[in-house]
Amino acid sequence: MNWESAGQFWAMGGYGFFVWSSYAVTAALVAAELVAVSRRMRRARALAARDLALERMDASKRGRA
Amino acid sequence: MSDSPLSAARVPSAGFSLFHYASPQTFFPLAGKLLWPCWIAALLLTVAGLYTAFFVAPTDATQGDSYRIIFIHVPAAWMSMVIYMAMAFWCAVGLVFNTRLSFMMSSALAPTGALWAFIALWTGALWGKPTWGTYWVWDARLTSELILFFLYCGYMALQAAIDDPRRADRAGALIAIVGAINVPIIYFSVKWWNTLHQGSSVSMTQSPTMATTMLTGMLLMALAAWAYTIGVALVRVRAIMIERERHTDWVRQLSQAGSNGDMNA
Repeated sequence: MNWESAGQFWAMGGYGFFVWSSYAVTAALVAAELVAVSRRMRRARALAARDLALERMDASKRGRA
Repeated sequence: MSDSPLSAARVPSAGFSLFHYASPQTFFPLAGKLLWPCWIAALLLTVAGLYTAFFVAPTDATQGDSYRIIFIHVPAAWMSMVIYMAMAFWCAVGLVFNTRLSFMMSSALAPTGALWAFIALWTGALWGKPTWGTYWVWDARLTSELILFFLYCGYMALQAAIDDPRRADRAGALIAIVGAINVPIIYFSVKWWNTLHQGSSVSMTQSPTMATTMLTGMLLMALAAWAYTIGVALVRVRAIMIERERHTDWVRQLSQAGSNGDMNA
C-alpha cells in the first residue's frame, strides 16, 4: 500500500495538482463525449421517426384525395 | 480515382460474403450487440487499471508520484495514433471499394481520436511542468502530436463544411490519408531528433517488480481505452448510419420497430 492516509493519497507526494488535473479532465471529457454521443443517437432516431411519420401522413393524404 | 455516380451509394452491397457486414443494414444490429461487451470491458479494465495505478504501482524513485500521469498519458497518446491510422485505413478502403460504411467508420472515429490527442497533450503538459519545469516546449514529439490534434480538427471541420456527404467523405479522406504520414513521425520523433520528451518509458529499469506493476497498470488502462474507443465509435457510427440513411427502407423498418418498443432493433 502506497498511502497511509487519505490526505496523503490526495496530496500525491506534492504533485496532487498535476496528477488530479490530468485524471479529472480526462474523466470529464470522457463523460462529456458519452453524453454527446448518446444525445446524437437519440436525435438521429427522433429524426428518422419524424421523417417516417411525415411520409405516412403524406401517403394517407394522397390516399384520401 | 473516378467519381462514382451518387446512385451507386444506394445499391446495397449484398451478395459478397466478404462484404456482408460492409453494408449499414447488416452492420447496424451487429454494432448494437457489441456495445455492452465494450462498456463492461471498459469499466472493468478501468477499475483494475486505476487500482493498479494508485495502489499497486509504487512511487517512482526519481519522479515521485507525478509519474502516475503516465497511466493516462501513454494510453491516450497510443490511442490518438492508432485511431488516426484506423481512420486513414477506412478512408483508403472507402476510396478503393466505394463502400459507404467505411467513410462512416472514419467519421465516427475522428472525435474520439481528437479527444485522445487532446488528453495526451493536456496530461503531457501537466507532467512536463513538474519534471521539465515547463508546460510546453516546441520539441519534435510535442509539436507532431499537436499537429495530429489539428489534423483531427481539420478533418472534422472539413466534413462539417461540405453539405454533400459523398464529397465531404472524399475531401476528408484526403486529409486522413495524407496526414497519416504524421503518425510515424510522432512515433519515431524521439529517435530522430533530440527531444526533451523521454524515449520509451520512465525509469522502468529500476527493479523488476516495479517495472511489472507500472507496466501492468499502463497496459490495463490502454486496454480500457481500446474498449471505450470501440464502444463510443460504434454508438457514433450507428447514429451516423441513421442520419445519412434515414430515407432508406432499412432505417424506415428500424423506426417502425422502434415505435413498437423494440429499441434494440
